[in-house]
Amino acid sequence: MTDISSGNAVLLEEEEKTSLEAREFGFWIYLMTDAVIFALLFATYAVLANNSAAGPTSNDVFELSHTALETALLLLSSLTFGFATIAMTLGRSGRVVFWLIVTLLLGVCFLAMEFVEFQGMLEKGAGPEVSGFLSAFFTLVGTHGLHVAFGALGICVMIGQVLIKGLTLPVRSRLVRLGLFWHFLDIVWIGIFSVVYLPGVM
Amino acid sequence: MTPTAERSLTTYLVGFVLAVVLTAIPFAVVWGGLLTGPAVYAVIAVAAVLQVMVHLVFFLHLNFKSTPAENLFFLAFAAVLIIIMVGGSLWIMNDLHHRMM
Repeated sequence: MTDISSGNAVLLEEEEKTSLEAREFGFWIYLMTDAVIFALLFATYAVLANNSAAGPTSNDVFELSHTALETALLLLSSLTFGFATIAMTLGRSGRVVFWLIVTLLLGVCFLAMEFVEFQGMLEKGAGPEVSGFLSAFFTLVGTHGLHVAFGALGICVMIGQVLIKGLTLPVRSRLVRLGLFWHFLDIVWIGIFSVVYLPGVM
Repeated sequence: MTPTAERSLTTYLVGFVLAVVLTAIPFAVVWGGLLTGPAVYAVIAVAAVLQVMVHLVFFLHLNFKSTPAENLFFLAFAAVLIIIMVGGSLWIMNDLHHRMM
Protein backbone atom coordinates (compact mmCIF):
# COMPACT_ATOMS: atom_id res chain seq x y z
CA MET A 1 0.00 0.00 0.00
CA THR A 2 2.70 2.47 1.02
CA ASP A 3 4.73 1.34 -1.99
CA ILE A 4 1.91 2.23 -4.34
CA SER A 5 1.27 5.65 -2.79
CA SER A 6 4.96 6.56 -2.74
CA GLY A 7 5.16 5.37 -6.34
CA ASN A 8 2.25 7.67 -7.14
CA ALA A 9 3.99 10.54 -5.39
CA VAL A 10 7.07 9.99 -7.55
CA LEU A 11 4.89 9.89 -10.66
CA LEU A 12 3.11 13.09 -9.62
CA GLU A 13 6.41 14.85 -9.04
CA GLU A 14 7.66 13.72 -12.45
CA GLU A 15 4.48 15.04 -14.03
CA GLU A 16 4.83 18.35 -12.23
CA LYS A 17 8.42 18.65 -13.45
CA THR A 18 7.45 18.08 -17.09
CA SER A 19 4.64 20.61 -16.84
CA LEU A 20 7.00 23.18 -15.31
CA GLU A 21 9.55 22.54 -18.05
CA ALA A 22 6.83 23.16 -20.62
CA ARG A 23 6.02 26.45 -18.90
CA GLU A 24 9.65 27.50 -18.98
CA PHE A 25 9.72 26.79 -22.72
CA GLY A 26 6.49 28.75 -23.17
CA PHE A 27 7.95 31.66 -21.27
CA TRP A 28 11.03 31.55 -23.48
CA ILE A 29 8.79 31.83 -26.57
CA TYR A 30 7.07 34.83 -24.97
CA LEU A 31 10.46 36.47 -24.37
CA MET A 32 11.46 35.95 -28.00
CA THR A 33 8.22 37.54 -29.23
CA ASP A 34 8.80 40.41 -26.84
CA ALA A 35 12.28 40.78 -28.34
CA VAL A 36 10.66 41.12 -31.77
CA ILE A 37 8.36 43.89 -30.44
CA PHE A 38 11.32 45.77 -29.00
CA ALA A 39 13.29 45.28 -32.22
CA LEU A 40 10.49 46.94 -34.18
CA LEU A 41 10.34 49.83 -31.71
CA PHE A 42 14.11 50.18 -32.19
CA ALA A 43 13.64 50.25 -35.97
CA THR A 44 10.91 52.90 -35.60
CA TYR A 45 13.21 54.98 -33.43
CA ALA A 46 16.17 54.62 -35.79
CA VAL A 47 14.00 55.82 -38.70
CA LEU A 48 12.55 58.79 -36.80
CA ALA A 49 15.57 59.80 -34.68
CA ASN A 50 16.54 62.76 -36.85
CA ASN A 51 13.00 64.05 -37.40
CA SER A 52 12.85 66.55 -34.56
CA ALA A 53 10.44 68.87 -36.47
CA ALA A 54 12.39 72.02 -35.45
CA GLY A 55 11.73 71.03 -31.81
CA PRO A 56 14.29 69.82 -29.26
CA THR A 57 16.88 67.41 -30.70
CA SER A 58 18.42 64.44 -28.93
CA ASN A 59 21.43 66.60 -28.02
CA ASP A 60 19.17 69.01 -26.13
CA VAL A 61 17.31 66.45 -24.04
CA PHE A 62 19.75 63.61 -23.26
CA GLU A 63 22.13 63.63 -20.32
CA LEU A 64 24.76 60.92 -20.56
CA SER A 65 25.63 60.85 -16.84
CA HIS A 66 21.96 60.17 -16.06
CA THR A 67 21.94 57.29 -18.54
CA ALA A 68 25.20 55.90 -17.14
CA LEU A 69 23.69 55.77 -13.65
CA GLU A 70 20.53 54.08 -14.94
CA THR A 71 22.70 51.53 -16.75
CA ALA A 72 24.66 50.85 -13.56
CA LEU A 73 21.47 50.35 -11.53
CA LEU A 74 20.00 47.90 -14.02
CA LEU A 75 23.23 45.94 -14.45
CA LEU A 76 23.69 45.67 -10.68
CA SER A 77 20.10 44.49 -10.31
CA SER A 78 20.80 41.74 -12.85
CA LEU A 79 23.73 40.60 -10.69
CA THR A 80 21.70 40.68 -7.46
CA PHE A 81 18.94 38.65 -9.14
CA GLY A 82 21.68 36.17 -10.02
CA PHE A 83 22.60 36.02 -6.32
CA ALA A 84 18.95 35.30 -5.49
CA THR A 85 18.99 32.45 -8.03
CA ILE A 86 22.14 30.99 -6.45
CA ALA A 87 20.56 31.23 -2.98
CA MET A 88 17.57 29.37 -4.42
CA THR A 89 19.73 26.47 -5.64
CA LEU A 90 21.22 26.32 -2.13
CA GLY A 91 17.67 26.21 -0.71
CA ARG A 92 18.18 29.26 1.54
CA SER A 93 14.89 31.12 1.37
CA GLY A 94 15.99 33.94 3.71
CA ARG A 95 18.82 34.86 1.38
CA VAL A 96 16.55 34.59 -1.66
CA VAL A 97 14.17 37.13 -0.09
CA PHE A 98 17.09 39.41 0.86
CA TRP A 99 18.53 39.50 -2.67
CA LEU A 100 15.08 39.90 -4.20
CA ILE A 101 14.51 42.95 -2.00
CA VAL A 102 17.88 44.40 -3.08
CA THR A 103 16.95 43.75 -6.74
CA LEU A 104 13.56 45.37 -6.18
CA LEU A 105 15.15 48.50 -4.65
CA LEU A 106 17.58 48.82 -7.57
CA GLY A 107 14.72 48.38 -10.03
CA VAL A 108 12.60 51.00 -8.24
CA CYS A 109 15.56 53.45 -8.23
CA PHE A 110 15.90 52.88 -11.98
CA LEU A 111 12.21 53.61 -12.49
CA ALA A 112 12.46 56.74 -10.32
CA MET A 113 15.39 58.00 -12.43
CA GLU A 114 13.46 57.34 -15.62
CA PHE A 115 10.46 59.15 -14.18
CA VAL A 116 12.62 62.18 -13.30
CA GLU A 117 14.06 62.16 -16.82
CA PHE A 118 10.61 62.03 -18.47
CA GLN A 119 9.29 64.71 -16.10
CA GLY A 120 12.23 67.00 -16.94
CA MET A 121 11.68 66.48 -20.66
CA LEU A 122 7.97 67.27 -20.39
CA GLU A 123 8.76 70.46 -18.46
CA LYS A 124 11.23 71.51 -21.16
CA GLY A 125 8.44 71.16 -23.70
CA ALA A 126 9.83 67.91 -25.11
CA GLY A 127 6.74 65.73 -24.78
CA PRO A 128 5.87 62.82 -27.08
CA GLU A 129 3.51 64.97 -29.19
CA VAL A 130 6.25 67.39 -30.29
CA SER A 131 8.02 65.40 -33.00
CA GLY A 132 8.53 62.01 -34.58
CA PHE A 133 11.80 61.69 -32.71
CA LEU A 134 10.16 62.27 -29.32
CA SER A 135 7.15 60.04 -30.09
CA ALA A 136 9.49 57.18 -30.97
CA PHE A 137 11.69 57.88 -27.94
CA PHE A 138 8.83 57.82 -25.43
CA THR A 139 7.31 54.72 -27.04
CA LEU A 140 10.56 52.74 -26.94
CA VAL A 141 11.94 53.82 -23.56
CA GLY A 142 8.45 53.95 -22.03
CA THR A 143 7.71 50.37 -23.12
CA HIS A 144 10.95 49.23 -21.51
CA GLY A 145 10.10 51.17 -18.33
CA LEU A 146 6.66 49.56 -18.26
CA HIS A 147 8.31 46.14 -18.51
CA VAL A 148 10.60 47.00 -15.59
CA ALA A 149 7.58 48.15 -13.57
CA PHE A 150 5.83 44.82 -14.20
CA GLY A 151 9.07 43.00 -13.36
CA ALA A 152 9.21 44.88 -10.05
CA LEU A 153 5.61 43.86 -9.39
CA GLY A 154 6.60 40.26 -10.17
CA ILE A 155 9.47 40.48 -7.67
CA CYS A 156 7.02 41.68 -4.98
CA VAL A 157 4.77 38.70 -5.72
CA MET A 158 7.71 36.27 -5.61
CA ILE A 159 8.94 37.68 -2.29
CA GLY A 160 5.46 36.92 -0.92
CA GLN A 161 5.43 33.43 -2.42
CA VAL A 162 8.88 32.51 -1.08
CA LEU A 163 7.89 33.76 2.39
CA ILE A 164 4.49 32.02 2.47
CA LYS A 165 4.98 28.86 0.39
CA GLY A 166 8.72 28.35 0.77
CA LEU A 167 10.99 27.12 -2.03
CA THR A 168 8.64 24.50 -3.46
CA LEU A 169 9.09 23.19 -7.01
CA PRO A 170 6.51 25.56 -8.61
CA VAL A 171 7.89 28.58 -6.69
CA ARG A 172 11.42 27.77 -7.88
CA SER A 173 10.19 27.50 -11.46
CA ARG A 174 8.42 30.88 -11.23
CA LEU A 175 11.54 32.45 -9.77
CA VAL A 176 13.62 31.09 -12.65
CA ARG A 177 11.15 32.51 -15.19
CA LEU A 178 11.08 35.90 -13.47
CA GLY A 179 14.89 35.84 -13.56
CA LEU A 180 14.83 35.22 -17.32
CA PHE A 181 12.47 38.20 -17.68
CA TRP A 182 14.67 40.47 -15.54
CA HIS A 183 17.90 39.57 -17.37
CA PHE A 184 16.07 40.02 -20.68
CA LEU A 185 15.12 43.59 -19.71
CA ASP A 186 18.77 44.35 -19.05
CA ILE A 187 19.61 43.07 -22.56
CA VAL A 188 16.97 45.41 -24.03
CA TRP A 189 18.56 48.27 -22.07
CA ILE A 190 21.92 47.56 -23.77
CA GLY A 191 20.11 48.26 -27.05
CA ILE A 192 18.54 51.43 -25.65
CA PHE A 193 21.77 53.06 -24.52
CA SER A 194 23.58 51.91 -27.67
CA VAL A 195 20.90 53.04 -30.14
CA VAL A 196 19.22 55.95 -28.33
CA TYR A 197 21.46 57.67 -25.81
CA LEU A 198 25.05 57.23 -27.04
CA PRO A 199 24.42 58.20 -30.71
CA GLY A 200 21.96 60.85 -29.41
CA VAL A 201 24.58 62.94 -27.64
CA MET A 202 27.20 62.72 -30.36
CA MET B 1 28.80 26.54 -0.44
CA THR B 2 28.51 23.59 -2.76
CA PRO B 3 30.87 23.42 -5.77
CA THR B 4 28.01 24.06 -8.27
CA ALA B 5 26.83 27.14 -6.38
CA GLU B 6 30.39 28.41 -6.25
CA ARG B 7 30.78 27.83 -9.96
CA SER B 8 27.58 29.72 -10.76
CA LEU B 9 28.66 32.57 -8.46
CA THR B 10 31.89 32.82 -10.46
CA THR B 11 29.84 32.76 -13.67
CA TYR B 12 27.70 35.71 -12.56
CA LEU B 13 30.69 37.71 -11.35
CA VAL B 14 32.70 37.12 -14.54
CA GLY B 15 29.63 38.08 -16.60
CA PHE B 16 29.16 41.21 -14.51
CA VAL B 17 32.79 42.34 -14.92
CA LEU B 18 32.67 41.71 -18.69
CA ALA B 19 29.38 43.64 -18.92
CA VAL B 20 30.85 46.58 -16.98
CA VAL B 21 33.89 46.69 -19.27
CA LEU B 22 31.74 46.44 -22.42
CA THR B 23 29.53 49.27 -21.11
CA ALA B 24 32.46 51.45 -20.06
CA ILE B 25 34.16 51.28 -23.48
CA PRO B 26 31.38 52.90 -25.57
CA PHE B 27 30.53 55.42 -22.82
CA ALA B 28 34.21 56.43 -22.55
CA VAL B 29 34.54 56.74 -26.33
CA VAL B 30 31.47 58.98 -26.61
CA TRP B 31 32.09 60.95 -23.41
CA GLY B 32 35.78 61.57 -23.99
CA GLY B 33 35.31 62.12 -27.72
CA LEU B 34 38.15 59.64 -28.29
CA LEU B 35 37.07 58.81 -31.84
CA THR B 36 35.04 60.55 -34.50
CA GLY B 37 32.81 59.59 -37.38
CA PRO B 38 31.75 56.07 -38.28
CA ALA B 39 34.40 54.53 -35.98
CA VAL B 40 32.35 55.55 -32.93
CA TYR B 41 29.25 53.80 -34.27
CA ALA B 42 31.35 50.72 -34.99
CA VAL B 43 32.70 50.64 -31.42
CA ILE B 44 29.19 51.11 -29.96
CA ALA B 45 27.74 48.37 -32.19
CA VAL B 46 30.50 45.83 -31.52
CA ALA B 47 30.42 46.47 -27.74
CA ALA B 48 26.61 46.12 -27.72
CA VAL B 49 26.60 42.84 -29.65
CA LEU B 50 29.37 41.41 -27.45
CA GLN B 51 27.56 42.49 -24.30
CA VAL B 52 24.30 40.90 -25.44
CA MET B 53 26.22 37.65 -25.95
CA VAL B 54 27.85 38.00 -22.51
CA HIS B 55 24.40 38.41 -20.94
CA LEU B 56 23.00 35.41 -22.83
CA VAL B 57 25.87 33.15 -21.80
CA PHE B 58 26.66 34.31 -18.24
CA PHE B 59 23.25 35.50 -16.97
CA LEU B 60 20.75 33.47 -19.02
CA HIS B 61 23.13 30.48 -19.01
CA LEU B 62 22.67 29.63 -22.68
CA ASN B 63 25.00 26.98 -24.03
CA PHE B 64 24.96 24.12 -26.46
CA LYS B 65 24.98 21.41 -23.77
CA SER B 66 22.26 22.03 -21.18
CA THR B 67 19.96 24.47 -22.98
CA PRO B 68 17.15 22.58 -24.77
CA ALA B 69 17.59 22.66 -28.56
CA GLU B 70 14.08 24.14 -28.95
CA ASN B 71 15.05 27.23 -26.95
CA LEU B 72 18.13 27.84 -29.10
CA PHE B 73 16.03 27.23 -32.21
CA PHE B 74 13.53 29.89 -31.14
CA LEU B 75 16.32 32.30 -30.30
CA ALA B 76 17.77 31.83 -33.78
CA PHE B 77 14.30 32.19 -35.33
CA ALA B 78 13.70 35.45 -33.42
CA ALA B 79 17.13 36.69 -34.49
CA VAL B 80 16.32 35.99 -38.16
CA LEU B 81 12.95 37.77 -37.86
CA ILE B 82 14.61 40.75 -36.19
CA ILE B 83 17.33 40.98 -38.83
CA ILE B 84 14.78 40.83 -41.66
CA MET B 85 12.34 43.31 -40.12
CA VAL B 86 14.79 45.82 -38.63
CA GLY B 87 17.27 45.58 -41.49
CA GLY B 88 14.47 45.73 -44.07
CA SER B 89 12.78 48.75 -42.43
CA LEU B 90 16.03 50.69 -42.22
CA TRP B 91 16.96 49.81 -45.79
CA ILE B 92 13.60 50.88 -47.22
CA MET B 93 13.35 54.07 -45.17
CA ASN B 94 16.92 55.12 -45.93
CA ASP B 95 16.33 54.49 -49.60
CA LEU B 96 13.14 56.59 -49.51
CA HIS B 97 14.91 59.32 -47.59
CA HIS B 98 17.65 59.32 -50.22
CA ARG B 99 15.14 59.63 -53.08
CA MET B 100 13.17 62.42 -51.39
CA MET B 101 16.24 64.62 -50.99
